[in-house]
Amino acid sequence: MADQPTSMERFIQGILPENPVYRQLLGLCPTLAVTNGMKAAITMACAVGFVLLCANVMISLIRNLLKPHLRIVIFTLTIATFVTIADRFLAAYMYEMSKTLGPYIPLIIVNCIIICRCEVCASKQPVITAASDALGQSIGYGLALSSVAAVREILGTGMFFEIRVLPTAWPDWVIMVLPPGAFLTFGLLLGWVNWMTSRYAAKKQVKGSL
Amino acid sequence: MEGLKDNKIVQAWLVLLLAVLFGGALSGVQMTLGPAIEANKINETRQKVPELLGPSSANGESLDIVSRSVNVDRQGKKVFYSVYEASVNGKPAGWVAKAVGQGYADKIELLLGLDPGLNKITGLFILEQKETPGLGNKIVTPEWRGQFIEKSIQSPLEVVKTGAETPYEINAITGATISSRSVTEIINSAVKDLKKPLSGQTRPLE
Repeated sequence: MADQPTSMERFIQGILPENPVYRQLLGLCPTLAVTNGMKAAITMACAVGFVLLCANVMISLIRNLLKPHLRIVIFTLTIATFVTIADRFLAAYMYEMSKTLGPYIPLIIVNCIIICRCEVCASKQPVITAASDALGQSIGYGLALSSVAAVREILGTGMFFEIRVLPTAWPDWVIMVLPPGAFLTFGLLLGWVNWMTSRYAAKKQVKGSL
Repeated sequence: MEGLKDNKIVQAWLVLLLAVLFGGALSGVQMTLGPAIEANKINETRQKVPELLGPSSANGESLDIVSRSVNVDRQGKKVFYSVYEASVNGKPAGWVAKAVGQGYADKIELLLGLDPGLNKITGLFILEQKETPGLGNKIVTPEWRGQFIEKSIQSPLEVVKTGAETPYEINAITGATISSRSVTEIINSAVKDLKKPLSGQTRPLE
């Protein structure tokens, strides 16, 4: 247990160094599917954040009772429960949004980020650490989703949060709000993040050798 | 005692316990939120009703909408329709029926507006469809849907490639004949199924 990261480390790692989308390449299905507008992306990120937090806390509370060969069943059961709660909640109070997100809310059940966090962190570390890990990862996920969504919504519709930001003369790049736009945007952003990371690493190395 | 420990069911006690607890929690959630969700769904359809009955139906007055389900026996198969009956000050203003049928890609769900005397179509709205983007999904456009408005329902509608002339012809969308036909078929069978149960009991109804 001694070499496990602390709560603070877990929290910070989730945001950028171990960003679930850009560094771990997990949860890509919703990253591509629901990022044609900021509102949908933020709602999705909140839903994932809620499920991740609840699942991590729950699993961490019962971590000493888990049996190795039954743990995945319990993770899935827990995740499915909280996803259903999130789904019903959206359908009751944010009906329009729930229709926009469609099947992607129920699909959070198979979102690898959550099961990965349960396995890596929550099943081994105490509740506080698990909770801060969930928060860090959720913020990282939210940042990733909104970065893709911002590019797609602004270029595709000239709007940001459905408020016009580009002049009306802007020819809306319709392809950006269609599925191909998701792949293009995400691919380019991922390449950029990787390039920045390697540049940063190279700089650090140079400094270290001096 | 050892045997009990190796028993698979006993090993899974936590899974079973959690399943029961979570199941209970979820049914609680469903009981609390269920009515709100149902109300949302009905509201969505109700908001569309005035538009589907045409501009002259309400004359600026508020519509009273009563919903019910109609069961029809179609070739031995039971078919259900949600039907909304609209009236203004007790005078019938028209019908809106929700109909579902197979499209090119997936089910198409639509709302069909009919006049009180069941003579013509007053509106059409596509609630759900997953037709090919760029081709089949043009069934949702007001231009294409508009063709159906004011069409008589005395005999079935027919889809033609271009140049619809007779009152019973509908122009297909270029490159999406099947989607166009599917919508028309859904309307035709809904009209056929509903004509009898709806006529003769246009009010007063609770």
